[in-house]
Amino acid sequence: MSIVLITILTLAGLGALAAVILYLASQKFKVFEDPRIDQVEEALPAANCGGCGFPGCRAFAEALVKADDISDLNCPVGGPDVMSTVAEILGKEVGKTDPMVAVVRCNGTCEHRPRLNEYEGATSCAVAAALYGGETGCSFGCYGLGDCVEACDFEAMYMDEETGLPVIIEDNCVACGACVDACPKDIIELRKKGPKSRRIFVSCVNQDKGAVAKKACDVACIGCGKCEKVCPFDAITIENNLAYIDYDKCRLCRKCVPVCPTNAIHEINFPPPKPKPAKEEEPANTPASSN
Amino acid sequence: MLKTFSIGGIHPADRKISAEKSIEVLPLPKRVVVPVAQHIGAPAKTEVKKGDLVKAGQVIAKSGGFVSANIHSPVSGKVFKLDEVVDASGYRKPAVIIDVEGDEWEESIDRSETLKTEITLSPEEIVKKVGEMGIVGMGGATFPAHVKLAPPPGKKCKVLIINGVECEPFLTSDHRVMLEKGDELIVGIKILMKALHVDRAVIGIENNKPDAIKHLEQLTKKEQGIEVQPLKVQYPQGGEKQLIDAVTGRQVPSGKLPIEVGAVVHNVGTTLAVYEAVQKNKPLIERVVTVTGPGISKPSNFLARIGTPVSQLIEAAGGLPNNTGKVIGGGPMMGKALASLDVPVTKGSSGILVFPQEEAHRKPMENCIRCGKCVSVCPMGLEPYLLMIETEKELFDRAEGDNIMDCIECGSCSFTCPANRPLLDYIRLGKGKVGQIIRNRN
Amino acid sequence: MNQKLVVSPSPHVHSGDSVSKNMYGVIIALIPALLASLWYFGIGALIVTLTAIVACVLFEWIIQKYLMKTTPSISDGSAALTGLLLAFNLPTNIPIGLIIIGAAVAIGIGKMSFGGLGNNPFNPALVGRVFLLISFPVQMTSWPVPVTSRFQYLDATTGATPLSVMKEGLSSGASFSEIMSEIPSYLNLFMGNMGGSAGEVAGIALVLGGIYLLVRKIITWHIPVSVIGSIAVFTAILHFASPDAYAGPLFHILTGGVLLGAFFMATDYVSSPMSKRGMLLYGVGIGVITVLIRVYGSYPEGVSFAILIMNAFVPLIDRYMKPKRFGEKIKTAKVQQQ
Repeated sequence: MSIVLITILTLAGLGALAAVILYLASQKFKVFEDPRIDQVEEALPAANCGGCGFPGCRAFAEALVKADDISDLNCPVGGPDVMSTVAEILGKEVGKTDPMVAVVRCNGTCEHRPRLNEYEGATSCAVAAALYGGETGCSFGCYGLGDCVEACDFEAMYMDEETGLPVIIEDNCVACGACVDACPKDIIELRKKGPKSRRIFVSCVNQDKGAVAKKACDVACIGCGKCEKVCPFDAITIENNLAYIDYDKCRLCRKCVPVCPTNAIHEINFPPPKPKPAKEEEPANTPASSN
Repeated sequence: MLKTFSIGGIHPADRKISAEKSIEVLPLPKRVVVPVAQHIGAPAKTEVKKGDLVKAGQVIAKSGGFVSANIHSPVSGKVFKLDEVVDASGYRKPAVIIDVEGDEWEESIDRSETLKTEITLSPEEIVKKVGEMGIVGMGGATFPAHVKLAPPPGKKCKVLIINGVECEPFLTSDHRVMLEKGDELIVGIKILMKALHVDRAVIGIENNKPDAIKHLEQLTKKEQGIEVQPLKVQYPQGGEKQLIDAVTGRQVPSGKLPIEVGAVVHNVGTTLAVYEAVQKNKPLIERVVTVTGPGISKPSNFLARIGTPVSQLIEAAGGLPNNTGKVIGGGPMMGKALASLDVPVTKGSSGILVFPQEEAHRKPMENCIRCGKCVSVCPMGLEPYLLMIETEKELFDRAEGDNIMDCIECGSCSFTCPANRPLLDYIRLGKGKVGQIIRNRN
Repeated sequence: MNQKLVVSPSPHVHSGDSVSKNMYGVIIALIPALLASLWYFGIGALIVTLTAIVACVLFEWIIQKYLMKTTPSISDGSAALTGLLLAFNLPTNIPIGLIIIGAAVAIGIGKMSFGGLGNNPFNPALVGRVFLLISFPVQMTSWPVPVTSRFQYLDATTGATPLSVMKEGLSSGASFSEIMSEIPSYLNLFMGNMGGSAGEVAGIALVLGGIYLLVRKIITWHIPVSVIGSIAVFTAILHFASPDAYAGPLFHILTGGVLLGAFFMATDYVSSPMSKRGMLLYGVGIGVITVLIRVYGSYPEGVSFAILIMNAFVPLIDRYMKPKRFGEKIKTAKVQQQ
C-alpha cells in the first residue's frame, strides 16, 4: 500500500515541480507578440513562396503589421482580395497593384534554333550556364533544362517536350518570381497580365548583332528598330540590339507585331487577327488562353 | 618510396600515346583569331584597328592591370577586324582577327637557335620583361607569370618548384619540352631563380617519364642548386598545392598562396617561355600543343601559333575521325569540351583531345550510395557528396563552412563516383555562388 | 563529321566503377562464407539463403514498380546483397514464412520507406534480422548443430551457441576456463564448427572475403580494424582484470557475428560514415557497444544491435567528424617566424 502511495506522491510531486519550472520559464522568456500578426498570417495564403520578397508568410505578416504604409507590399499569390482583407485587419490603405504573370522571352524551339552540339552535363540550367553558352548558336537563349519548372511551387510551369522550352500555365501563375530568379539567363520576366490577359512582348533576349542572332535563331530579335518606329506610344526601346516593350506604356495597339521581320513580338490572348493570312507564331503561353 | 602528395588522389590510365612524337612546327594558318582575354585577370585593351598591318611579336592589346597580360600578334599580316568570337566557353568574347601575310617578325626578336646562357638582366628587369612579353602560366591556369615573380612584401620565396608533372592523361607537351628544350629550360630556371632571389630549385617530374627525369638529371648534374625530384604517379600531382606538398612536405593553408610556405611554382612551358622572353626578346606567341586521342591517326605535339584554329591542328594530326563524339581543349580531367572547332589555340591550350562516341558520353546517374569514395580521393580533404547536396539545396553558407572554396576542380570525385554523380558540376557551380557571396560581403 | 559534338563539364573520363560492381563485389566476397555455411548446415542453409534473396529482390521489384512507380533497379545487386546478408544472420532451421516476413521488413521498412538505395539510415538486413529476433525470439535463437543435421531443415537438432553457453556458464558462477572446455576449441571456432546463424560461423571464410573486399578497394580497413580492435582491447582489459569472470578477446572475436559484422554489415556504404576519422569512431562505438551488450546485457550477442545503434549516430558523426582538410596541419609555422 505504502509503495503505491509513495509512487503516486513522487510522480505528482515531480509533475508539480515541472509545472512550476515551465511556468517560470515561460514568464521569464515571454516575448510580446502583436496578436494581429497571427490574424494577418491567417489571412495570407500560406504558400510560403517568397514572392512578396520576405522569407515566408509569417515574415511578411510581421512586416505588414510593422509597416506604417503597406501600399508597397503585395502578396502576389493572394492578389487584391487577400490584400484588402489584410488592410481591413490592420486598418491601413492597400496599394493598387496590377496582376502580373511570368512570360518566357525565348522562342528558340528546336525548329527555329538548330542545335549545334549536345549538352550532357548535370540537368541544371545553372550548371550548363556556368559551363558554356548552350547547345545552339545563341548564347542568350533557353537551355531547356528546367530550373524554372523545378523552382515553381504552383504547378504553373512545364517543359514542352517538342519545343524544349518551358511553358507557363497562366491560370496557375501567381507571379511569385521564383522562376525569374531560377533562370540563369534572365529569360523569364514578370509582366503586367493586361486587360483580359492580353499582352504583347518581345520573345527574345539575344543581344548579338542582327546577323549573328538571325543565324543562330530564325525568330531572334535582330534589333532592326522597325517596331520602335511604328510604336505610337514610345513604349519600345532598342538596347544592345534588342527591343524591349515597356508594359506600362504599351497600349496593346499591336502595330509592332506585323512589322517584326522575324516574328519575335508575341501577342497573347488576342482574338485571331483577320488580315493575317495563316496562323502566326504559336505563342508560348496559349494553353491557358481562357478568353 | 617516391614522394607524392599526402591526401587523396586517383590513378587514371596514362594513355600518353603521343609521348614519343617530337615537337613539329605547325604551318602558319591563313587567319588567326586572337582573344584579348587569354589569362586570369583583367582583359587586355586592344591597341590596333581594322586594316592595321602588324608584325609577329607586335603588341596588339595592352595589359589591362597588374593581374593581366599583354597580347602580341602571333603572325604578320593585316587586321581583318575586331569582333566578338565564340571562344572555348561558347560565349562571345572580343578578339582580334588577323589575315596572315608572310612571316615577318619584330626586329628585336632573336630567332636564332643558339643557346644564350648568360643572364644580363637584373631581377627587377626580368620581372618587367616577363610582364611585357605576356607570359602566363601555361599549364592551363593562365595566371600572369610576372605576378608570381613578385612576392608580396614581407614574404620570401625559399624554393622554386618547376612543374614537370603533367599528371593529366594523354597530354605530352611538357614532356616533350623537357626532352627537347632541356638546355633552354635550365637557363629559364636560372632566370626565375635570379628574379626570385632563391638558391634552390626543384623540378618535379612524375615517374612515368623516366627519359625526361634522366635527361634533366644529366643536365642539372653540374648546376648548383637545381635538382630533379622524381615523383610517384598520382593525379592531381600537377596541382600547385599538391606539388608543393609532394616536393616539400608542406601544405599551403586554406585560402593562402604558395608563398605562405615559401614556394613559387612555375610550369616547364612557362619556364621555357620565360627563357625566350628574357634571353631572346620573344613574346608568348606560340606554344606546344598536344593533339591526341584514341581515334587520331597521327597523335602529335605541335608548336603552334596562338590564334590557330583547333580544326587546323586536328587536320595536321590526321583529321577528325568519323565517329568523333567529343573534342576537349586540355586534358581529360580538367579540360573543356569544345562546342565548335573554330575556337583558337590560346596561351593556356596544352592539348586538343579527340574522343570517339563511345568515350564521349556519361553514364546515367544513380542514387548516392554514400560509399565515401569521393571523400577519400579528394586531394583537398573535402566532402564532395556533401558540397553537391549543399549546392543543390542552395545552402551556400554551409558549403562555405565546408570549405567549398578550397576545391581545385581536379575532378577526382566525379571520376571515382560509382553512381556517376556529377559531383564537380555542382561543386563548381556552388563555388561560383559562394565566391560571389564572399565578394559581396567585402 | 555527321554527329554533333558532346559538351559536358570536366572530367571527361571515369574510373569505370559502378554501384553494381561494388554490390556484386561484396556478394563475391560472401561466397566463401556461403560455401562454409552449406558445408556446416547443408540443406537448411540453401533454403534460407535462396528464400531470403528471392524474397528481397521480389519485394524491391514490387515496391519500386507499384508503390514508388519508378523503374525497378534490382539488377544493381543491392537487394540480392541485402537478402544474402539477411540469410547469413538467420538460423538455418527458421521457417520460410518468417524469412519472407524478415525480407519484407528489411526491404520495405529498412530500405524503401526511406527512399530506396542510398537513403536508408539503418542497415536493411539488420533491421529485418532484429525485427525477427524481437518478434520470434524462440525460432531466432534455436540454432542447428553443425554438420550432423545437414539433411534436415525444420527438424534439425538444435544446440546452443558458444556465446549463450558462455553467458549462462558465467552467470551461474563457472569460470571462463571451465566453460571453454565444454565448447569447441579456438581452431574449431575459427573454422566455423559451432552453432550460430547461417553465415556468421566460419571465421576463416569471412576473413578471406574481407581480404578480398580490401584488395578490391570496396571497403577500407578503418571500420573492420576499429570494430575488431576495440572488441579485442575492451575484452582483453576485462579478461586480464578478472580472468575467470570474463571471456578472453579471442573468444569474443571468433564467436557470434563479430567477423561478419565487422567486414560486411558495419561497412555497408549507406549506413556508415564517410570520413576516415568518422569510420574509426563508428567502428570503436560498435565494438564497445557489442561488448557491453555481451558482458552486461541480457542478450548473449550484441553485434546487430551495436551496428544499428551506431547507424543512428552516423549523421551526427558525418556532421562533426570532417575529413582532414588539406593544409589543416600547420607545418608553416617555421616559415612564418622567419
